[in-house]
Amino acid sequence: MNDYLKLAALGVVTLFAALAANFARDLAYQVHALLIMALGFGLFIWVLRSTDEPKPIVDQNGYMDGVIRAGVIATGFWGVVGFTVGVYIAFQLAFPVLNLEWAQPYANFGRLRPLHTSAVIFAFGGNALIMSSFYIVQRTSGVRLWGGNLAWFVFWGYQLFIVLAATGYLLGVTQSKEYAEPEWYVDIWLTIVWVAFLAVFLGTIFTRKERHIYVANWFLLSFIITIAMLHIVNNLAVPVSIWGSKSVQLFSGVQDAMTQWWYGHNAVGFFLTAGFLGMMYYFVPKQAGRPVYSYKLSIVHFWALTFLYIWAGPHHLHYTALPDWASTLGMVFSIILWMPSWGGMINGLMTLQGAWDKLRTDPIIRMMVVSLAFYGMSTFEGPMMSIRAVNSLSHYTDWTIGHVHSGALGWNGMITFGALYFLTPRLWGRAQMYSMSAINWHFWLATIGIVLYASSMWVSGIMEGLMWREVDAQGFLVNSFADTVSAKFPMYVVRALGGVLYLAGGLIMVWNMWMTIRGGEKVTARVGIPAE
Amino acid sequence: MSDPKKDEITGVESTGHSWDGIEELNNPLPRWWLWTLYLCIIWAIGYTIAYPAWPGITKATSGLLGYSTRGEVAEQIAVVEARNAPLINALTDIELAALPENDDLHRFAVAGGGAIFRTYCSQCHGSGAAGATGYPNLLDDDWLWGGKIDQIATTIRHGIRNDVDPDALWSQMPAFGDILEPAEINDVVQYVRAMSGQGHDAAAAEAGSEIFLEQCSACHGEDGKGNRDMGAPNLTDAIWLYGGSVETLTYTVTNSRFGVMPPWSNRLSEAEIKAVAAYVHQLGGGEE
Repeated sequence: MNDYLKLAALGVVTLFAALAANFARDLAYQVHALLIMALGFGLFIWVLRSTDEPKPIVDQNGYMDGVIRAGVIATGFWGVVGFTVGVYIAFQLAFPVLNLEWAQPYANFGRLRPLHTSAVIFAFGGNALIMSSFYIVQRTSGVRLWGGNLAWFVFWGYQLFIVLAATGYLLGVTQSKEYAEPEWYVDIWLTIVWVAFLAVFLGTIFTRKERHIYVANWFLLSFIITIAMLHIVNNLAVPVSIWGSKSVQLFSGVQDAMTQWWYGHNAVGFFLTAGFLGMMYYFVPKQAGRPVYSYKLSIVHFWALTFLYIWAGPHHLHYTALPDWASTLGMVFSIILWMPSWGGMINGLMTLQGAWDKLRTDPIIRMMVVSLAFYGMSTFEGPMMSIRAVNSLSHYTDWTIGHVHSGALGWNGMITFGALYFLTPRLWGRAQMYSMSAINWHFWLATIGIVLYASSMWVSGIMEGLMWREVDAQGFLVNSFADTVSAKFPMYVVRALGGVLYLAGGLIMVWNMWMTIRGGEKVTARVGIPAE
Repeated sequence: MSDPKKDEITGVESTGHSWDGIEELNNPLPRWWLWTLYLCIIWAIGYTIAYPAWPGITKATSGLLGYSTRGEVAEQIAVVEARNAPLINALTDIELAALPENDDLHRFAVAGGGAIFRTYCSQCHGSGAAGATGYPNLLDDDWLWGGKIDQIATTIRHGIRNDVDPDALWSQMPAFGDILEPAEINDVVQYVRAMSGQGHDAAAAEAGSEIFLEQCSACHGEDGKGNRDMGAPNLTDAIWLYGGSVETLTYTVTNSRFGVMPPWSNRLSEAEIKAVAAYVHQLGGGEE
């Protein structure tokens, strides 16, 4: 019966996609409609062939790890894709000739840039978050994922979202909102997938065998719920036509800008901070083999972080049409946010109390410690840059780019690498990673890469900010904009080289994961027994 | 919660929870952390009293300091304008031709004109004023519309070949592709190459000289040295706006060119126009 319903639904989807492809008003929409038509049709045939056939028996007693294995592979894959595009656009900025004439308009900087940001944040970071949420919530709740194959729907649905977003950028579709570039139908699809993600996560929490909910799960739940809210409100739009990709935003002017940066800042706050703190709270104590430093600190900094982050968005709009009062509030909330952010760093680092010697021998724990150090650095830098006077120098300069990357490459990247090195041997039943010295290499390449990146962007950004505001004794501007661009050239080259090192580390990791997965026999993990 | 137990290494009590083997210690909040948080909150309250912050029904609190970002920038601009006012007034009133002799005012005009140039003009003419293909180099003495300071000011004020300003400098070279045969165009091109001392086909150039006299000399002059009243370039030197190769010249003669410059009188004040003119005039090619 179930199969017949599925067949009917897939049939309708395929038919609608065919109509959409036929009536499409723009190329991207047409390509997407054809893609969905092909997917729908393929799934239709697949379901049809298995209808009324005996279903393979799934062992419902073990943890559901297949979807996590897929997530681990997807994270590694999208990571390398995102880093590669990043390195390429870094070279494009240094050498504009790389906006290759024959590849226009698809491969110009303007289209590749959102491809890079979405690939690293949503494809690499998002897959890391989804797969580690699934892993952590099962282990710390002592139950299998709730909802059966719904977790697989989340995984594949999310990959489809990534493909639709990425191809849309290359074909020139964007609603011009940073980190929220995909158009209306991609947004609707992501909403469906995200609600399914929330259902799987909450269902697993509700059926848990542990009495208490572990701190990692508080962070992961706050991340999932808040991202749902942010995504929906910031993407409120009316499509011009159901057969085209263009839509009109519900908000306009400064209200739209404020909504966008309320979204944008909390994408950093809840996606890249709260979500990854959830990962940190599981993988650091596990890898260190030590208890979490302070339960009290985790409660206080969790609620403080969750309450405060949501107000900090206006600091992205200092000295704009945004009224001064809103900009002041965004700034003071950002300053108060400093200590709540550092609470996570303290709890992570102090968890190593009694295990500091492992820094010498275990490159994975070293990665996690460097990750926390960069977390601490960028959560200090962020509040500092939110101060109006500092922002008047730093805003619109490369300093912002450097700040984002010390957080993204240092904190998000390194903690994800640590998690991948933790998970890969366990998920495929291996004693350890194929090569420990390759992890060491990865650690040093990535760390030096980040240092080159961040320091070159500090120099470039501060220089640029100073050049823009430089006036002579009579109040006349000294530099033209083009002067500031050409002055940045050496720093652009250094930045791109930093990116090359970071990418090289990523490639070594993917090779190491591949070699680990390839060798040896599989072992199935069993459900843990609650402690109490 | 089960009985509290001690962590062997640190001697700190744990909460007794355990998830997948992860336990939690009962350490207190670090004092320095807590006090820094309190200080940030106290500072924030003080800051929001001093500066515009809390929204009400009809308007937000404006803060004890009476600060606003717009007020701040207006203040800074007013200071500079008050300081420069005598010089700006003098610049507005002065006859341009007399400006280069007035040392103090000229220095001021060149400094201010340079800043204006870098803001508005450098996009086409380059931040060093060396121009680019299709955008004249302003460092040399090869002027299209005249290199005296008041001629430069006129060009800046009204622009070239634009529909915005009725007084824009205007001339239009015909597209000779409609008038001459390709072979004839090639002859003219070879003649122009000969005039400018470049490699050329002598026979074709010979034939081209006739055509040049008939078709081109009205604007470019019989000797090909151009005419500044019509913005017709000198063809005998090594300076080319679009390029002096056979290919580029053929394109230019066949299709003509139509370089446009916007008028700046609607964007810049009288004093600013004079300042830019003074700046461009002293770059190297200014004429008396």
